[in-house]
Amino acid sequence: MKIASIHGALLDFRRMELLAGGGTALHRLDPRAKLLVTLFFIGTVVSYGKYAVTGMIPLVIFPVVMASLGELPPGYIARKIALLSPFALVVGLFNPLFDRTVLIHLGPLGISGGWISFSSILIRSILTVGAATILVALTGFPAICRALEQLGTPRLLTVQLSFLHRYLFVLIEEGGRLSRGRELRAFGNRGLGIGSFAPLIGNLLLRTWGRAERIHAAMLARGFTGEFHLRRESRFGGRELLFTVGWSIAFVALRFWNLPQLLGRVVTGITS
Amino acid sequence: MNHPAVELCNLSHLYPDGTVALRDISFTVSQGESVAIIGANGAGKSTLLLHLNGVLATTGGEVRINGVQLAKGTLPYVRRSVGMVFQEPDDQLFMPTVHDDVAFGPLNLGLTGRELERRVQESLHRVGIAHLRGKAPYNLSGGEKKRAAIATVLAMAPEILVMDEPTSGLDPHARRQLVGLLREFPHTRIFTSHDLDMVLELCPRTIVLHEGVVAADGPTEGIFRDDDLLARCRLEKPFSMQGCPVCGKINQRQGDMDQI
Ligand SMILES: Nc1ncnc2c1ncn2[C@@H]1O[C@H](COP(=O)(O)OP(=O)(O)OP(=O)(O)O)[C@@H](O)[C@H]1O
Ligand SMILES: [Mg+2]
Repeated sequence: MKIASIHGALLDFRRMELLAGGGTALHRLDPRAKLLVTLFFIGTVVSYGKYAVTGMIPLVIFPVVMASLGELPPGYIARKIALLSPFALVVGLFNPLFDRTVLIHLGPLGISGGWISFSSILIRSILTVGAATILVALTGFPAICRALEQLGTPRLLTVQLSFLHRYLFVLIEEGGRLSRGRELRAFGNRGLGIGSFAPLIGNLLLRTWGRAERIHAAMLARGFTGEFHLRRESRFGGRELLFTVGWSIAFVALRFWNLPQLLGRVVTGITS
Repeated sequence: MNHPAVELCNLSHLYPDGTVALRDISFTVSQGESVAIIGANGAGKSTLLLHLNGVLATTGGEVRINGVQLAKGTLPYVRRSVGMVFQEPDDQLFMPTVHDDVAFGPLNLGLTGRELERRVQESLHRVGIAHLRGKAPYNLSGGEKKRAAIATVLAMAPEILVMDEPTSGLDPHARRQLVGLLREFPHTRIFTSHDLDMVLELCPRTIVLHEGVVAADGPTEGIFRDDDLLARCRLEKPFSMQGCPVCGKINQRQGDMDQI
């Protein structure tokens, strides 16, 4: 695959920051509320058992509702999830190999525990990555850091996080430029071998370091004292409380009543 | 206030790799003055400017801004007083939108609400990019980035404006606009430029750097007429002071100056 296309896909991430500038009610909601609910959602997803599959499906309602009320472009969010989920999936990929106990018999076909837990991990990663992506697209990274701080995370940590986030983009941009320069001068395919990669990476890190430093200088030159000020000041009011409590109740309910199973029982109860 | 705006005493700078970029630089710039710093590539102009708001620390000598010596404790004051436009606009723009970027400085100064909005709009208008306020800085053209970078500094309403090659990469119209803007700027201005016509137009005084030392410091017109000095420092006369290549006639402006 071409580096340029990876670069493009990653640069596309910056669109997330633009989306966060939107004006829907969800955008205006205090970041703390969105952060808490998302964390609670992720906690709920993670708390399911190893073989849970159908039980988690109703949770999809959260990302879907948030994305549509926040007027986020569904295709874009889906692409981001597809790009990020594989990292989580790598972990799950080994499960079918290790866990071969057959759990479900569909006629002659036996589905092993490995495959079920694999699907479980797949669903989990889609749900958590989706929720996190939507949180960032609705709130913006600086505001999330600020919310973390207001919720008691040490200042040092949140400032580090904000910088990490900024430098990530710097790294991506520098990487893009560097790879373009390399491709343009590597006539045909010669010189594009793996051999030219090592110095490239070293160069990339040095350049990123240098630029990050100059950007930091520019921030200091404009009165930066370690705190990102936000234009949208908000407070945790009644709407936030309603939002947080409402979703929390929904998650708890979905967690303890396996909705598809209940439905199934109702349906089979009727038919039998 | 009778302190000079900027005062450099025996300023030297040695980069960690051993390059001596500046050697024993001393000069003062008085309040309200407009000064150009010129010199060939690598002469040390950018290095010099980066000392004026403490981005680089001196390795010898001292810097005073409005009489206040630059030191760790005075950095916040100095940075509030000196607005700096870097040579590379990509280093200066880091927020998700142009508007956010311009608002970054005033927010740090404690501005909010209406006042903040007004500051941002005004700065964007002054450099003619109000229509780009919602765009992402990394999606702008080179010249647009440059103008956005200038807006971010104007929004801070600095007392001393320092710009590293403000007109590089601008189209003629934007350049003209910027020259007008700089001319009207009421406070102290210091900038480097390879655009010597702009220097001639805006700065009564010019400082020539050559290999890290001050080669000349004086009235701009005198410096541009010193052919030896220009040749020694790898500089050329501004176009407006060169003869017309077609008819050989010296420009009107030059004629005026010869009468002075
Ligand atoms: N970070 C650095 N480390 C080492 N040497 C440096 C560094 N930055 C600049 N230099 C060197 O210091 C000298 C002065 O550089 P500077 O950037 O100040 O030049 P300049 O006058 O601004 O040139 P230009 O007109 O090209 O912008 C050059 O010889 C350069 O190679
Ligand atoms: Mg320079």
